[in-house]
Amino acid sequence: MATLERARTKAADPRPRGDGSRRPFWTARRRDQLAGYLFIAPQLLGSVLFVLIPLVLVFWYSFHEWNVLAGSFHGVGADNYRALADDPKLPGVLRATAFFSVGLVVLNLSLALALAVLLNQKLRGSIVLRTLFFSPVVVSLVAWTIVWGFLLQKNGGINAGLDLIGVEGPNWLRGETSSMISVVVVQVFKNVGLNMVLFLAALQGVPRELYEAATVDGAGRWRQFLRITVPLISPTILLTSIITVVGSLQVFAQIAVLTQGGPGNSTTVLVYYLYQQAFEFHHFGYGATLSVLLFLIVLVLTVVQWQMRKKWVFHES
Amino acid sequence: MSHKLPRRARLVLYGVLLVLLVPFVFPTWWMVTSSLKPASEIFAFPPSLLPGDPGFGAYERVFDLQPFAQQYWNSMYIAVVVTIGTLAVSSMAGYAFARIRFRGQNALFLVVLTGLLIPSEVTIVPLFQMFNDWGLTDTHWPLVLVPILGAPSVLATFIMRQFFITLPAELEEAARMDGLGRFALYWRIALPLARPALAAVGIFTFLHSWNLYLEPIVYLSTPEKFTLPQALTQFTDAYGGPMWDVQLAAASLTALPVLAVFVFAQRQFVEGLAHTGLK
Repeated sequence: MATLERARTKAADPRPRGDGSRRPFWTARRRDQLAGYLFIAPQLLGSVLFVLIPLVLVFWYSFHEWNVLAGSFHGVGADNYRALADDPKLPGVLRATAFFSVGLVVLNLSLALALAVLLNQKLRGSIVLRTLFFSPVVVSLVAWTIVWGFLLQKNGGINAGLDLIGVEGPNWLRGETSSMISVVVVQVFKNVGLNMVLFLAALQGVPRELYEAATVDGAGRWRQFLRITVPLISPTILLTSIITVVGSLQVFAQIAVLTQGGPGNSTTVLVYYLYQQAFEFHHFGYGATLSVLLFLIVLVLTVVQWQMRKKWVFHES
Repeated sequence: MSHKLPRRARLVLYGVLLVLLVPFVFPTWWMVTSSLKPASEIFAFPPSLLPGDPGFGAYERVFDLQPFAQQYWNSMYIAVVVTIGTLAVSSMAGYAFARIRFRGQNALFLVVLTGLLIPSEVTIVPLFQMFNDWGLTDTHWPLVLVPILGAPSVLATFIMRQFFITLPAELEEAARMDGLGRFALYWRIALPLARPALAAVGIFTFLHSWNLYLEPIVYLSTPEKFTLPQALTQFTDAYGGPMWDVQLAAASLTALPVLAVFVFAQRQFVEGLAHTGLK
Protein backbone atom coordinates (compact mmCIF):
# COMPACT_ATOMS: atom_id res chain seq x y z
CA MET A 1 0.00 0.00 0.00
CA ALA A 2 2.72 2.41 1.02
CA THR A 3 4.64 1.66 -2.12
CA LEU A 4 1.59 2.28 -4.19
CA GLU A 5 1.06 5.62 -2.43
CA ARG A 6 4.64 6.64 -3.06
CA ALA A 7 4.43 5.58 -6.68
CA ARG A 8 1.31 7.64 -7.16
CA THR A 9 2.88 10.79 -5.66
CA LYS A 10 5.84 10.34 -7.89
CA ALA A 11 3.70 9.90 -10.97
CA ALA A 12 1.61 12.92 -10.06
CA ASP A 13 4.72 15.03 -9.49
CA PRO A 14 4.00 18.11 -11.61
CA ARG A 15 7.61 19.23 -11.89
CA PRO A 16 8.75 18.98 -15.44
CA ARG A 17 11.31 16.35 -16.28
CA GLY A 18 14.32 16.82 -18.44
CA ASP A 19 12.47 16.17 -21.66
CA GLY A 20 9.44 18.12 -20.49
CA SER A 21 7.01 15.19 -20.67
CA ARG A 22 5.16 13.50 -17.79
CA ARG A 23 5.43 9.76 -17.48
CA PRO A 24 1.86 8.37 -17.44
CA PHE A 25 0.79 6.43 -14.33
CA TRP A 26 -0.70 3.54 -16.30
CA THR A 27 2.46 2.08 -17.74
CA ALA A 28 2.15 -1.21 -19.58
CA ARG A 29 3.72 -2.92 -16.60
CA ARG A 30 1.19 -1.49 -14.13
CA ARG A 31 -1.69 -2.30 -16.40
CA ASP A 32 -0.42 -5.87 -16.58
CA GLN A 33 -0.20 -6.15 -12.81
CA LEU A 34 -3.73 -4.87 -12.45
CA ALA A 35 -4.88 -7.45 -15.00
CA GLY A 36 -3.20 -10.14 -12.90
CA TYR A 37 -5.07 -9.07 -9.77
CA LEU A 38 -8.37 -8.83 -11.62
CA PHE A 39 -7.90 -12.27 -13.16
CA ILE A 40 -7.33 -13.97 -9.82
CA ALA A 41 -9.87 -11.89 -7.93
CA PRO A 42 -12.87 -14.28 -8.18
CA GLN A 43 -10.82 -17.32 -7.18
CA LEU A 44 -9.08 -15.44 -4.39
CA LEU A 45 -12.34 -14.06 -3.06
CA GLY A 46 -13.86 -17.55 -3.19
CA SER A 47 -10.89 -19.09 -1.40
CA VAL A 48 -11.11 -16.55 1.40
CA LEU A 49 -14.91 -16.63 1.70
CA PHE A 50 -15.60 -20.34 1.19
CA VAL A 51 -12.37 -21.99 2.37
CA LEU A 52 -10.29 -19.91 4.77
CA ILE A 53 -13.04 -18.18 6.76
CA PRO A 54 -15.03 -21.42 7.21
CA LEU A 55 -11.84 -23.16 8.27
CA VAL A 56 -11.23 -20.56 10.98
CA LEU A 57 -14.90 -20.74 11.97
CA VAL A 58 -14.71 -24.53 12.36
CA PHE A 59 -12.04 -24.09 15.02
CA TRP A 60 -14.03 -21.27 16.65
CA TYR A 61 -17.28 -23.29 16.71
CA SER A 62 -15.52 -26.30 18.16
CA PHE A 63 -15.13 -24.34 21.40
CA HIS A 64 -18.84 -23.61 21.58
CA GLU A 65 -22.00 -25.38 22.47
CA TRP A 66 -24.54 -24.63 19.86
CA ASN A 67 -28.06 -25.91 19.80
CA VAL A 68 -29.73 -24.82 16.60
CA LEU A 69 -33.23 -25.79 17.71
CA ALA A 70 -33.00 -23.88 20.99
CA GLY A 71 -31.09 -21.06 19.32
CA SER A 72 -28.40 -21.10 22.00
CA PHE A 73 -24.74 -20.48 21.31
CA HIS A 74 -22.18 -20.13 24.09
CA GLY A 75 -18.55 -20.83 24.75
CA VAL A 76 -17.73 -24.06 26.54
CA GLY A 77 -13.95 -24.05 26.45
CA ALA A 78 -12.52 -27.43 25.61
CA ASP A 79 -15.67 -29.34 26.56
CA ASN A 80 -16.25 -30.59 23.04
CA TYR A 81 -12.72 -31.95 22.91
CA ARG A 82 -13.21 -33.69 26.25
CA ALA A 83 -16.44 -35.13 24.88
CA LEU A 84 -14.49 -36.26 21.84
CA ALA A 85 -11.98 -38.11 24.01
CA ASP A 86 -14.80 -39.75 26.01
CA ASP A 87 -17.13 -40.46 23.08
CA PRO A 88 -17.78 -44.22 23.30
CA LYS A 89 -18.63 -44.32 19.58
CA LEU A 90 -15.49 -42.60 18.37
CA PRO A 91 -13.04 -45.54 18.51
CA GLY A 92 -15.45 -47.56 16.39
CA VAL A 93 -15.86 -44.66 13.98
CA LEU A 94 -12.10 -44.24 13.60
CA ARG A 95 -11.66 -47.99 13.17
CA ALA A 96 -14.31 -48.02 10.44
CA THR A 97 -12.68 -45.01 8.75
CA ALA A 98 -9.25 -46.63 8.84
CA PHE A 99 -10.61 -49.96 7.62
CA PHE A 100 -12.35 -48.26 4.73
CA SER A 101 -9.34 -46.14 3.77
CA VAL A 102 -6.78 -48.92 3.95
CA GLY A 103 -9.03 -51.40 2.15
CA LEU A 104 -9.90 -48.91 -0.54
CA VAL A 105 -6.37 -47.70 -1.17
CA VAL A 106 -4.83 -51.17 -1.28
CA LEU A 107 -7.54 -52.66 -3.53
CA ASN A 108 -7.90 -49.60 -5.72
CA LEU A 109 -4.20 -49.04 -6.39
CA SER A 110 -3.33 -52.68 -6.99
CA LEU A 111 -6.33 -53.28 -9.25
CA ALA A 112 -5.70 -50.02 -11.12
CA LEU A 113 -2.06 -50.91 -11.69
CA ALA A 114 -2.90 -54.48 -12.74
CA LEU A 115 -5.53 -53.26 -15.21
CA ALA A 116 -3.18 -50.61 -16.59
CA VAL A 117 -0.39 -53.14 -17.15
CA LEU A 118 -2.78 -55.62 -18.81
CA LEU A 119 -4.32 -52.95 -21.04
CA ASN A 120 -0.94 -51.54 -21.94
CA GLN A 121 -0.18 -54.70 -23.92
CA LYS A 122 -0.56 -54.57 -27.68
CA LEU A 123 -4.09 -55.89 -27.87
CA ARG A 124 -6.86 -55.54 -30.39
CA GLY A 125 -9.86 -53.83 -28.83
CA SER A 126 -7.91 -52.42 -25.89
CA ILE A 127 -9.51 -49.00 -26.43
CA VAL A 128 -12.98 -50.55 -26.08
CA LEU A 129 -11.90 -52.48 -22.98
CA ARG A 130 -10.42 -49.31 -21.50
CA THR A 131 -13.70 -47.49 -22.10
CA LEU A 132 -15.68 -50.24 -20.40
CA PHE A 133 -13.42 -50.34 -17.35
CA PHE A 134 -13.64 -46.57 -17.11
CA SER A 135 -17.42 -46.40 -17.61
CA PRO A 136 -18.51 -46.66 -13.92
CA VAL A 137 -16.65 -43.37 -13.30
CA VAL A 138 -19.30 -41.57 -15.35
CA VAL A 139 -22.30 -43.45 -13.97
CA SER A 140 -23.75 -41.16 -11.34
CA LEU A 141 -22.58 -42.18 -7.88
CA VAL A 142 -25.93 -42.64 -6.16
CA ALA A 143 -27.34 -44.55 -9.15
CA TRP A 144 -24.34 -46.90 -9.06
CA THR A 145 -24.71 -47.37 -5.33
CA ILE A 146 -28.44 -48.08 -5.60
CA VAL A 147 -27.83 -50.84 -8.13
CA TRP A 148 -25.23 -52.44 -5.91
CA GLY A 149 -27.59 -52.18 -2.96
CA PHE A 150 -30.09 -54.07 -5.09
CA LEU A 151 -27.52 -56.70 -6.08
CA LEU A 152 -26.20 -57.17 -2.53
CA GLN A 153 -29.52 -57.96 -0.83
CA LYS A 154 -30.16 -61.33 0.73
CA ASN A 155 -32.18 -62.40 -2.31
CA GLY A 156 -30.31 -60.13 -4.75
CA GLY A 157 -28.30 -60.80 -7.87
CA ILE A 158 -24.96 -61.58 -6.23
CA ASN A 159 -26.41 -64.34 -4.08
CA ALA A 160 -28.46 -65.62 -7.00
CA GLY A 161 -25.19 -65.92 -8.92
CA LEU A 162 -23.50 -67.66 -5.98
CA ASP A 163 -26.46 -70.02 -5.71
CA LEU A 164 -25.84 -71.20 -9.28
CA ILE A 165 -22.45 -72.53 -8.16
CA GLY A 166 -23.93 -73.99 -4.98
CA VAL A 167 -22.78 -71.37 -2.46
CA GLU A 168 -25.20 -69.72 -0.06
CA GLY A 169 -24.26 -66.05 0.18
CA PRO A 170 -24.61 -63.98 3.36
CA ASN A 171 -26.86 -60.97 3.76
CA TRP A 172 -24.02 -58.73 2.62
CA LEU A 173 -25.21 -55.40 3.97
CA ARG A 174 -26.37 -56.75 7.32
CA GLY A 175 -23.17 -58.40 8.56
CA GLU A 176 -20.64 -56.30 10.47
CA THR A 177 -17.64 -57.29 8.38
CA SER A 178 -19.37 -58.07 5.11
CA SER A 179 -21.14 -54.68 5.05
CA MET A 180 -17.85 -52.81 5.28
CA ILE A 181 -16.21 -55.02 2.68
CA SER A 182 -19.23 -54.45 0.42
CA VAL A 183 -18.96 -50.67 0.69
CA VAL A 184 -15.24 -50.82 -0.12
CA VAL A 185 -15.74 -53.09 -3.12
CA VAL A 186 -18.60 -51.02 -4.54
CA GLN A 187 -16.43 -47.92 -4.30
CA VAL A 188 -13.39 -49.63 -5.85
CA PHE A 189 -15.30 -50.65 -8.97
CA LYS A 190 -16.84 -47.18 -9.20
CA ASN A 191 -13.61 -45.23 -9.37
CA VAL A 192 -10.68 -47.51 -10.12
CA GLY A 193 -10.90 -46.40 -13.77
CA LEU A 194 -9.56 -42.97 -12.85
CA ASN A 195 -6.35 -44.36 -11.37
CA MET A 196 -6.11 -46.88 -14.20
CA VAL A 197 -6.01 -44.07 -16.77
CA LEU A 198 -3.37 -42.16 -14.81
CA PHE A 199 -1.27 -45.33 -14.60
CA LEU A 200 -1.72 -46.01 -18.31
CA ALA A 201 -0.45 -42.53 -19.12
CA ALA A 202 2.54 -43.10 -16.85
CA LEU A 203 3.29 -46.52 -18.36
CA GLN A 204 3.35 -44.99 -21.81
CA GLY A 205 6.11 -42.67 -20.63
CA VAL A 206 8.45 -45.56 -19.77
CA PRO A 207 11.03 -45.88 -22.57
CA ARG A 208 10.76 -49.18 -24.46
CA GLU A 209 14.54 -49.52 -24.73
CA LEU A 210 14.81 -50.15 -21.00
CA TYR A 211 12.71 -53.30 -21.34
CA GLU A 212 14.62 -54.40 -24.39
CA ALA A 213 17.92 -53.99 -22.58
CA ALA A 214 16.56 -55.89 -19.59
CA THR A 215 15.34 -58.71 -21.82
CA VAL A 216 18.82 -58.97 -23.33
CA ASP A 217 20.20 -59.19 -19.80
CA GLY A 218 17.84 -62.08 -19.17
CA ALA A 219 15.47 -60.38 -16.71
CA GLY A 220 12.00 -61.96 -16.57
CA ARG A 221 8.77 -60.03 -16.87
CA TRP A 222 8.11 -59.86 -13.12
CA ARG A 223 11.63 -58.63 -12.46
CA GLN A 224 11.26 -56.02 -15.19
CA PHE A 225 8.02 -54.88 -13.59
CA LEU A 226 9.59 -54.50 -10.15
CA ARG A 227 12.91 -53.03 -11.28
CA ILE A 228 11.86 -50.82 -14.18
CA THR A 229 8.14 -50.17 -14.26
CA VAL A 230 7.46 -49.51 -10.59
CA PRO A 231 10.40 -47.12 -10.00
CA LEU A 232 9.71 -45.16 -13.17
CA ILE A 233 6.03 -44.66 -12.46
CA SER A 234 6.54 -44.05 -8.73
CA PRO A 235 5.59 -40.35 -8.97
CA THR A 236 2.20 -41.41 -10.35
CA ILE A 237 1.84 -44.05 -7.64
CA LEU A 238 2.46 -41.38 -5.03
CA LEU A 239 0.00 -38.96 -6.62
CA THR A 240 -2.76 -41.53 -7.01
CA SER A 241 -2.25 -42.75 -3.46
CA ILE A 242 -2.60 -39.20 -2.08
CA ILE A 243 -5.74 -38.58 -4.14
CA THR A 244 -7.21 -41.95 -3.16
CA VAL A 245 -6.44 -41.64 0.55
CA VAL A 246 -7.93 -38.16 0.80
CA GLY A 247 -10.89 -39.26 -1.32
CA SER A 248 -11.44 -42.31 0.88
CA LEU A 249 -11.85 -40.09 3.94
CA GLN A 250 -14.65 -38.23 2.16
CA VAL A 251 -16.89 -41.24 1.48
CA PHE A 252 -20.45 -40.34 2.35
CA ALA A 253 -23.12 -41.05 -0.28
CA GLN A 254 -22.22 -44.75 -0.49
CA ILE A 255 -22.59 -45.17 3.27
CA ALA A 256 -25.80 -43.14 3.38
CA VAL A 257 -27.38 -45.16 0.58
CA LEU A 258 -26.04 -48.66 1.30
CA THR A 259 -25.89 -49.05 5.08
CA GLN A 260 -26.75 -45.80 6.91
CA GLY A 261 -23.70 -46.49 9.01
CA GLY A 262 -24.94 -49.89 10.16
CA PRO A 263 -25.28 -52.60 11.15
CA GLY A 264 -24.61 -51.19 14.61
CA ASN A 265 -21.99 -48.57 13.87
CA SER A 266 -19.80 -50.85 11.80
CA THR A 267 -19.81 -48.62 8.71
CA THR A 268 -20.11 -45.25 10.43
CA VAL A 269 -17.07 -43.48 9.01
CA LEU A 270 -15.95 -40.07 10.24
CA VAL A 271 -17.74 -37.93 7.63
CA TYR A 272 -20.97 -39.86 8.11
CA TYR A 273 -20.70 -39.44 11.90
CA LEU A 274 -19.97 -35.73 11.42
CA TYR A 275 -23.10 -35.40 9.28
CA GLN A 276 -25.21 -37.25 11.84
CA GLN A 277 -23.99 -35.16 14.78
CA ALA A 278 -24.35 -31.81 13.01
CA PHE A 279 -27.36 -32.23 10.77
CA GLU A 280 -29.38 -35.06 12.31
CA PHE A 281 -28.79 -34.46 16.03
CA HIS A 282 -28.15 -30.71 15.56
CA HIS A 283 -24.97 -30.74 17.66
CA PHE A 284 -23.18 -28.14 15.57
CA GLY A 285 -20.43 -27.51 18.11
CA TYR A 286 -19.57 -31.20 18.33
CA GLY A 287 -19.91 -31.50 14.54
CA ALA A 288 -17.33 -28.73 14.21
CA THR A 289 -15.04 -30.60 16.61
CA LEU A 290 -15.31 -33.70 14.44
CA SER A 291 -14.52 -31.49 11.42
CA VAL A 292 -11.33 -30.33 13.14
CA LEU A 293 -10.42 -33.97 13.72
CA LEU A 294 -11.04 -34.77 10.05
CA PHE A 295 -8.95 -31.79 8.99
CA LEU A 296 -6.05 -32.85 11.21
CA ILE A 297 -6.15 -36.42 9.90
CA VAL A 298 -6.08 -35.21 6.29
CA LEU A 299 -3.28 -32.79 7.10
CA VAL A 300 -1.12 -35.42 8.80
CA LEU A 301 -1.67 -38.00 6.07
CA THR A 302 -0.84 -35.53 3.31
CA VAL A 303 2.33 -34.36 5.04
CA VAL A 304 3.45 -37.94 5.75
CA GLN A 305 2.86 -39.01 2.15
CA TRP A 306 4.66 -35.94 0.88
CA GLN A 307 7.65 -36.75 3.07
CA MET A 308 7.66 -40.33 1.85
CA ARG A 309 8.14 -38.96 -1.64
CA LYS A 310 11.83 -38.52 -0.91
CA LYS A 311 12.14 -42.15 0.15
CA TRP A 312 10.44 -44.03 -2.59
CA VAL A 313 9.97 -41.82 -5.55
CA PHE A 314 12.61 -42.60 -8.10
CA HIS A 315 14.23 -39.64 -9.80
CA GLU A 316 15.78 -39.82 -13.21
CA SER A 317 19.08 -38.01 -13.06
CA MET B 1 6.63 -54.38 -22.04
CA SER B 2 4.42 -53.69 -24.97
CA HIS B 3 5.96 -55.93 -27.57
CA LYS B 4 3.55 -58.23 -29.34
CA LEU B 5 2.45 -61.21 -27.26
CA PRO B 6 2.31 -64.80 -28.49
CA ARG B 7 -1.14 -66.09 -29.41
CA ARG B 8 -1.67 -68.23 -26.31
CA ALA B 9 -0.74 -65.42 -23.94
CA ARG B 10 -3.11 -63.13 -25.83
CA LEU B 11 -6.03 -65.51 -25.36
CA VAL B 12 -5.31 -65.83 -21.63
CA LEU B 13 -5.11 -62.06 -21.36
CA TYR B 14 -8.48 -61.63 -23.07
CA GLY B 15 -9.98 -64.22 -20.74
CA VAL B 16 -8.65 -62.46 -17.63
CA LEU B 17 -9.82 -59.04 -18.84
CA LEU B 18 -13.31 -60.29 -19.71
CA VAL B 19 -13.75 -61.84 -16.25
CA LEU B 20 -12.49 -58.67 -14.59
CA LEU B 21 -14.91 -56.66 -16.68
CA VAL B 22 -18.02 -58.28 -15.18
CA PRO B 23 -18.33 -56.14 -12.01
CA PHE B 24 -17.68 -53.00 -14.06
CA VAL B 25 -20.30 -53.55 -16.73
CA PHE B 26 -22.86 -55.93 -15.24
CA PRO B 27 -24.36 -53.52 -12.64
CA THR B 28 -25.28 -50.96 -15.30
CA TRP B 29 -26.76 -53.69 -17.49
CA TRP B 30 -28.69 -55.04 -14.50
CA MET B 31 -29.94 -51.57 -13.61
CA VAL B 32 -31.36 -50.92 -17.06
CA THR B 33 -32.83 -54.36 -17.70
CA SER B 34 -34.38 -54.62 -14.22
CA SER B 35 -35.97 -51.20 -14.59
CA LEU B 36 -37.87 -52.61 -17.58
CA LYS B 37 -39.14 -55.65 -15.66
CA PRO B 38 -42.46 -55.70 -13.83
CA ALA B 39 -41.93 -55.54 -10.04
CA SER B 40 -42.88 -59.20 -9.69
CA GLU B 41 -40.07 -60.29 -12.03
CA ILE B 42 -37.30 -58.29 -10.37
CA PHE B 43 -36.59 -60.94 -7.76
CA ALA B 44 -37.43 -63.91 -9.95
CA PHE B 45 -35.20 -66.92 -9.49
CA PRO B 46 -33.16 -67.83 -11.39
CA PRO B 47 -32.65 -64.17 -12.36
CA SER B 48 -33.31 -63.31 -15.99
CA LEU B 49 -30.71 -61.32 -17.89
CA LEU B 50 -33.37 -59.82 -20.13
CA PRO B 51 -36.87 -58.74 -19.07
CA GLY B 52 -39.44 -61.34 -20.13
CA ASP B 53 -42.12 -58.74 -20.67
CA PRO B 54 -40.39 -55.35 -20.95
CA GLY B 55 -42.44 -52.30 -20.04
CA PHE B 56 -42.06 -48.70 -18.99
CA GLY B 57 -44.46 -48.86 -16.02
CA ALA B 58 -41.74 -48.03 -13.50
CA TYR B 59 -40.62 -45.06 -15.59
CA GLU B 60 -44.12 -43.58 -15.55
CA ARG B 61 -44.28 -43.90 -11.78
CA VAL B 62 -40.95 -42.08 -11.43
CA PHE B 63 -42.66 -38.94 -12.71
CA ASP B 64 -45.87 -39.56 -10.74
CA LEU B 65 -44.25 -40.02 -7.34
CA GLN B 66 -41.96 -37.00 -7.39
CA PRO B 67 -41.51 -33.81 -9.43
CA PHE B 68 -38.79 -35.74 -11.23
CA ALA B 69 -38.73 -33.59 -14.38
CA GLN B 70 -38.19 -30.51 -12.20
CA GLN B 71 -35.45 -32.31 -10.25
CA TYR B 72 -33.82 -33.38 -13.49
CA TRP B 73 -33.83 -29.79 -14.68
CA ASN B 74 -32.37 -28.63 -11.34
CA SER B 75 -29.42 -31.02 -11.61
CA MET B 76 -28.90 -30.20 -15.26
CA TYR B 77 -28.90 -26.43 -15.02
CA ILE B 78 -26.83 -26.41 -11.81
CA ALA B 79 -24.19 -28.65 -13.42
CA VAL B 80 -24.08 -26.48 -16.57
CA VAL B 81 -23.83 -23.20 -14.63
CA VAL B 82 -21.16 -24.66 -12.33
CA THR B 83 -19.17 -25.97 -15.28
CA ILE B 84 -19.22 -22.69 -17.22
CA GLY B 85 -18.52 -20.67 -14.08
CA THR B 86 -15.64 -22.92 -13.03
CA LEU B 87 -14.09 -22.79 -16.51
CA ALA B 88 -14.20 -18.99 -16.45
CA VAL B 89 -12.88 -18.57 -12.91
CA SER B 90 -10.21 -21.26 -13.07
CA SER B 91 -8.89 -20.43 -16.53
CA MET B 92 -8.52 -16.74 -15.63
CA ALA B 93 -6.84 -17.45 -12.30
CA GLY B 94 -4.72 -20.23 -13.80
CA TYR B 95 -3.66 -17.92 -16.63
CA ALA B 96 -2.72 -15.10 -14.28
CA PHE B 97 -0.71 -17.35 -11.96
CA ALA B 98 1.12 -18.90 -14.93
CA ARG B 99 1.76 -15.95 -17.25
CA ILE B 100 1.43 -12.60 -15.52
CA ARG B 101 3.97 -11.30 -13.02
CA PHE B 102 2.50 -9.40 -10.12
CA ARG B 103 3.50 -8.57 -6.59
CA GLY B 104 2.61 -11.20 -3.99
CA GLN B 105 1.89 -13.77 -6.65
CA ASN B 106 3.39 -16.74 -4.86
CA ALA B 107 1.83 -15.91 -1.52
CA LEU B 108 -1.58 -15.49 -3.14
CA PHE B 109 -1.14 -18.77 -4.98
CA LEU B 110 -0.46 -20.50 -1.68
CA VAL B 111 -3.60 -18.94 -0.20
CA VAL B 112 -5.61 -20.37 -3.07
CA LEU B 113 -3.89 -23.76 -2.86
CA THR B 114 -5.02 -24.37 0.73
CA GLY B 115 -8.35 -25.26 -0.87
CA LEU B 116 -6.68 -28.38 -2.29
CA LEU B 117 -5.82 -29.63 1.15
CA ILE B 118 -9.19 -29.16 2.80
CA PRO B 119 -11.96 -31.63 1.97
CA SER B 120 -15.24 -29.78 1.60
CA GLU B 121 -16.73 -31.91 4.39
CA VAL B 122 -14.50 -30.13 6.89
CA THR B 123 -16.14 -26.78 6.24
CA ILE B 124 -19.73 -27.93 5.73
CA VAL B 125 -20.89 -26.84 9.22
CA PRO B 126 -19.74 -23.19 9.00
CA LEU B 127 -20.72 -22.96 5.33
CA PHE B 128 -24.22 -24.12 6.21
CA GLN B 129 -24.36 -21.51 8.95
CA MET B 130 -23.11 -18.76 6.58
CA PHE B 131 -25.74 -19.56 3.97
CA ASN B 132 -28.35 -19.82 6.68
CA ASP B 133 -27.43 -16.32 7.90
CA TRP B 134 -27.72 -15.00 4.37
CA GLY B 135 -31.15 -16.63 4.00
CA LEU B 136 -29.87 -18.85 1.18
CA THR B 137 -30.59 -22.31 2.55
CA ASP B 138 -33.18 -24.22 0.56
CA THR B 139 -32.02 -22.35 -2.53
CA HIS B 140 -29.57 -23.49 -5.19
CA TRP B 141 -27.09 -20.71 -4.42
CA PRO B 142 -24.80 -22.79 -2.17
CA LEU B 143 -24.66 -25.53 -4.81
CA VAL B 144 -23.59 -23.00 -7.43
CA LEU B 145 -21.42 -20.49 -5.57
CA VAL B 146 -19.25 -22.84 -3.51
CA PRO B 147 -18.16 -25.11 -6.40
CA ILE B 148 -17.46 -22.18 -8.76
CA LEU B 149 -15.49 -20.04 -6.31
CA GLY B 150 -14.49 -22.35 -3.48
CA ALA B 151 -12.41 -25.46 -2.93
CA PRO B 152 -13.66 -27.55 -5.90
CA SER B 153 -12.47 -24.95 -8.43
CA VAL B 154 -9.02 -24.75 -6.85
CA LEU B 155 -8.04 -28.06 -8.43
CA ALA B 156 -9.30 -26.70 -11.76
CA THR B 157 -7.21 -23.55 -11.33
CA PHE B 158 -4.18 -25.68 -10.54
CA ILE B 159 -4.67 -27.81 -13.67
CA MET B 160 -5.17 -24.72 -15.85
CA ARG B 161 -2.05 -23.11 -14.44
CA GLN B 162 0.00 -26.23 -15.15
CA PHE B 163 -1.27 -26.12 -18.70
CA PHE B 164 -0.65 -22.41 -19.32
CA ILE B 165 2.91 -22.70 -18.00
CA THR B 166 3.74 -24.97 -20.93
CA LEU B 167 2.75 -22.42 -23.59
CA PRO B 168 5.80 -20.93 -25.35
CA ALA B 169 6.49 -17.29 -24.47
CA GLU B 170 7.08 -16.31 -28.13
CA LEU B 171 3.38 -16.77 -28.91
CA GLU B 172 2.38 -13.98 -26.60
CA GLU B 173 5.30 -11.74 -27.45
CA ALA B 174 4.35 -11.77 -31.11
CA ALA B 175 0.74 -10.96 -30.25
CA ARG B 176 1.87 -8.21 -27.91
CA MET B 177 3.79 -6.56 -30.74
CA ASP B 178 0.48 -6.41 -32.57
CA GLY B 179 -0.85 -4.37 -29.67
CA LEU B 180 -3.00 -6.94 -27.89
CA GLY B 181 -3.79 -6.28 -24.23
CA ARG B 182 -3.83 -8.84 -21.46
CA PHE B 183 -7.44 -9.82 -21.82
CA ALA B 184 -7.07 -10.25 -25.56
CA LEU B 185 -3.95 -12.39 -25.01
CA TYR B 186 -5.90 -14.59 -22.64
CA TRP B 187 -9.07 -14.74 -24.69
CA ARG B 188 -7.68 -14.95 -28.21
CA ILE B 189 -4.34 -16.68 -27.81
CA ALA B 190 -4.20 -18.75 -24.62
CA LEU B 191 -7.78 -20.02 -24.29
CA PRO B 192 -8.11 -21.48 -27.80
CA LEU B 193 -4.85 -23.38 -27.22
CA ALA B 194 -6.08 -24.66 -23.87
CA ARG B 195 -9.00 -26.58 -25.33
CA PRO B 196 -7.80 -30.03 -24.12
CA ALA B 197 -7.31 -28.79 -20.57
CA LEU B 198 -10.63 -26.94 -20.65
CA ALA B 199 -12.38 -30.09 -21.88
CA ALA B 200 -10.91 -32.19 -19.09
CA VAL B 201 -11.72 -29.62 -16.42
CA GLY B 202 -15.22 -29.14 -17.85
CA ILE B 203 -16.00 -32.85 -17.90
CA PHE B 204 -14.87 -33.43 -14.35
CA THR B 205 -16.58 -30.34 -13.05
CA PHE B 206 -19.84 -31.46 -14.63
CA LEU B 207 -19.53 -34.98 -13.16
CA HIS B 208 -18.65 -33.59 -9.74
CA SER B 209 -21.69 -31.34 -9.70
CA TRP B 210 -23.96 -34.08 -11.10
CA ASN B 211 -22.85 -36.45 -8.30
CA LEU B 212 -22.99 -34.03 -5.39
CA TYR B 213 -24.95 -35.64 -2.56
CA LEU B 214 -23.93 -34.37 0.88
CA GLU B 215 -24.39 -30.68 0.02
CA PRO B 216 -27.89 -31.00 -1.49
CA ILE B 217 -29.19 -33.02 1.45
CA VAL B 218 -27.70 -30.48 3.86
CA TYR B 219 -28.96 -27.35 2.10
CA LEU B 220 -32.23 -28.37 0.42
CA SER B 221 -35.52 -29.33 2.05
CA THR B 222 -38.22 -28.77 -0.60
CA PRO B 223 -38.67 -31.70 -3.03
CA GLU B 224 -39.16 -29.28 -5.97
CA LYS B 225 -35.63 -28.00 -5.36
CA PHE B 226 -33.95 -31.41 -4.96
CA THR B 227 -31.22 -32.58 -7.28
CA LEU B 228 -31.14 -36.05 -8.82
CA PRO B 229 -28.89 -37.99 -6.42
CA GLN B 230 -31.02 -36.73 -3.56
CA ALA B 231 -34.28 -37.50 -5.38
CA LEU B 232 -33.19 -41.07 -6.21
CA THR B 233 -33.19 -42.17 -2.60
CA GLN B 234 -36.68 -40.78 -1.93
CA PHE B 235 -38.55 -43.48 -3.85
CA THR B 236 -39.53 -45.54 -0.82
CA ASP B 237 -42.69 -47.36 0.17
CA ALA B 238 -44.82 -46.76 3.26
CA TYR B 239 -42.36 -48.73 5.39
CA GLY B 240 -39.30 -46.82 4.22
CA GLY B 241 -38.12 -49.73 2.08
CA PRO B 242 -36.90 -48.90 -1.45
CA MET B 243 -39.32 -49.32 -4.36
CA TRP B 244 -36.75 -51.14 -6.43
CA ASP B 245 -38.34 -50.98 -9.84
CA VAL B 246 -38.94 -47.23 -9.55
CA GLN B 247 -35.50 -46.54 -8.01
CA LEU B 248 -33.78 -48.46 -10.77
CA ALA B 249 -35.80 -46.67 -13.45
CA ALA B 250 -34.91 -43.29 -11.93
CA ALA B 251 -31.27 -44.37 -11.54
CA SER B 252 -31.20 -45.37 -15.22
CA LEU B 253 -32.58 -41.97 -16.20
CA THR B 254 -29.83 -40.34 -14.15
CA ALA B 255 -26.97 -42.50 -15.35
CA LEU B 256 -27.68 -43.19 -19.01
CA PRO B 257 -27.44 -39.68 -20.57
CA VAL B 258 -24.00 -39.06 -19.10
CA LEU B 259 -22.91 -42.57 -20.02
CA ALA B 260 -24.10 -42.05 -23.60
CA VAL B 261 -22.19 -38.76 -23.92
CA PHE B 262 -19.15 -40.51 -22.51
CA VAL B 263 -19.29 -43.32 -25.06
CA PHE B 264 -19.31 -40.78 -27.89
CA ALA B 265 -16.65 -38.53 -26.40
CA GLN B 266 -14.53 -41.10 -24.60
CA ARG B 267 -11.30 -40.03 -26.32
CA GLN B 268 -11.73 -36.53 -24.91
CA PHE B 269 -12.49 -37.96 -21.48
CA VAL B 270 -9.71 -40.42 -21.12
CA GLU B 271 -7.03 -38.50 -22.97
CA GLY B 272 -8.01 -35.27 -21.31
CA LEU B 273 -7.57 -36.90 -17.95
CA ALA B 274 -4.30 -38.54 -18.88
CA HIS B 275 -3.18 -35.26 -20.42
CA THR B 276 -3.80 -33.20 -17.33
CA GLY B 277 -1.93 -36.12 -15.66
CA LEU B 278 -1.41 -33.65 -12.84
CA LYS B 279 2.32 -33.51 -13.28
